[in-house]
Amino acid sequence: MLSAAEVQRIRNDFPILAREVGGSPLVYLDSGATAQKPQCVIDAELDFYAHRNSAVHRGAHSLAVEATDAFESGRTAVADFVGAGIREIVWTKNATEALNVVALGLAHAAAGLGGPEAQRYRIGPGDSIVVTEMEHHANLIPWQQLARLTGARLRHLPLTDDGHLELGDLEEIVDTTTKVLAFTHASNVLGTINPVERLVARAREVGALTVLDACQSVPHLPVDLAALDVDFAAFSGHKMLGPTGIGVLYGRAELLDTLPPVLTGGSMITTVDMESAEFMPAPQRFEAGTQPVAQVAGLGAAVGYLSETGMADVAAHEAEIAGILVEGIDRVPGVRRIGPDASAARIASVAFDVEGVHAHDVGQVLDDAGIAVRVGHHCAQPLHRRYGLTATTRASASVYTTAEDCERFLTALAGVRPFFGVS
Amino acid sequence: MSDLQQLYQQVILDHAKQRYGNRPLLGGTGIDRSPQFGSSHQVNPTCGDEITVEAEIDPGTGALTVRWDGQGCSISMASASVLTEIAEDTGPEGFAAAEAAFHTLMHSRGQGEADEDVLGDAAAFQGVSKFPARIKCALLSWMALKDALAQAHAAGGDHA
Repeated sequence: MLSAAEVQRIRNDFPILAREVGGSPLVYLDSGATAQKPQCVIDAELDFYAHRNSAVHRGAHSLAVEATDAFESGRTAVADFVGAGIREIVWTKNATEALNVVALGLAHAAAGLGGPEAQRYRIGPGDSIVVTEMEHHANLIPWQQLARLTGARLRHLPLTDDGHLELGDLEEIVDTTTKVLAFTHASNVLGTINPVERLVARAREVGALTVLDACQSVPHLPVDLAALDVDFAAFSGHKMLGPTGIGVLYGRAELLDTLPPVLTGGSMITTVDMESAEFMPAPQRFEAGTQPVAQVAGLGAAVGYLSETGMADVAAHEAEIAGILVEGIDRVPGVRRIGPDASAARIASVAFDVEGVHAHDVGQVLDDAGIAVRVGHHCAQPLHRRYGLTATTRASASVYTTAEDCERFLTALAGVRPFFGVS
Repeated sequence: MSDLQQLYQQVILDHAKQRYGNRPLLGGTGIDRSPQFGSSHQVNPTCGDEITVEAEIDPGTGALTVRWDGQGCSISMASASVLTEIAEDTGPEGFAAAEAAFHTLMHSRGQGEADEDVLGDAAAFQGVSKFPARIKCALLSWMALKDALAQAHAAGGDHA
């Protein structure tokens, strides 16, 4: 657990946290959308451009070697951070792209690309793809598209009233027709941490591939993807204190080597003639074109920062913050929270509806007090519909969030309904 | 007055509660309606707010009736209420003038002068223009009525 002094020291590493908004010190409770960056991440990008900028994996000059070192040491850092091998980490521009690379890679295989090695990925009519009702659109729409492209059926695991996956019909929904089970590790709206082990076990029984959206878990919890035994996973740099423009696709090595690439072109081939090309093994086969090298350097620094802080301590700190937010929000009259209680396995991402006041208006009043929260559907419209809502307000935390942040937020929240004359 | 108070002027909060024109829609009901009828559904993709606005012009008197239904923030609901009042009081031409003035006002970044003669209660939305994230909320129903009216006019032409 991080002491208050340690959290204060961490906050000093994030220059933006010193700024004011509308005359009040910033309270940043929108880390679920994007996290703030410590100075070391900002410096790592600056340092790359100032001293080592060059093309990677091509050219033999000294700068090219240094840039390639920075690029590949970022990969090693991220691989170590999530329990993966370095050949299992593919750079993408964000997690959305990573999920699309898997879904569209399977579509390519279904269309006959990838040769005999890719036959195992074939999906078609009579097969099914299973997602959950709590997915971010990034882990829903690519599977809708894959279903349309292949004729497979898209099914989903529903939600319980208290924000968990309803797994009573797991064996019926994930059945022998299921080729893919795609689900989020932690809900970006409800905060629920899903039972990965149980879901993976069922997928294994029926021979389905598992695809884990780890965007909301990797920044907040110790995550070992090999131990979780998922086939693919995706997460984004900017939610884990790193830069925008860099995401990660994890895939088990033997799968990445045979999944047909979607983005093709330079830097991902061995030999090319006018009719055809041979592709490199993973990860390069998925990294066509110029890569986000400075962003990789920044992400490497972010991973270093989180590792040094210690993910167990990060998780314990954020669990405490989750408790303050959940219990505090539940005490505000006229506010209906969605998602599990503080006692459940959850992250510090807490969404709620203020009766009689639209989320946009809630966010506006909070902003006036210098408090940044997310309002809207948080890229999860089906989830909101499940709870009879169009939009919610969401407070979400990171390693730098303090109990004082929560208290200021809760005080301002209590003033929202009186401001609008709703009671 | 703070920016927040300018944004949420009492007249806006009142319209957000007493929503003028927020009534059952005709579309798809089979109820008899004027041939000069148009309906437009608009969505704000950032928050999922949506509104359907219907415009019905009486072929005899030329009177405009506006009906709308939707869900959204106080700014979008109040805006729909205000525009219904303006459109029904001043007819399609008055609405067109107000729509142009409202559009300009919303994109004035807080610098615009609201002409109350043209805009009526919509002048109270001046404070919204200081909040770029909220301009779409204010404009959503106006876009819908503009579109619905264009349909009503086109339909009227077909039947003329």
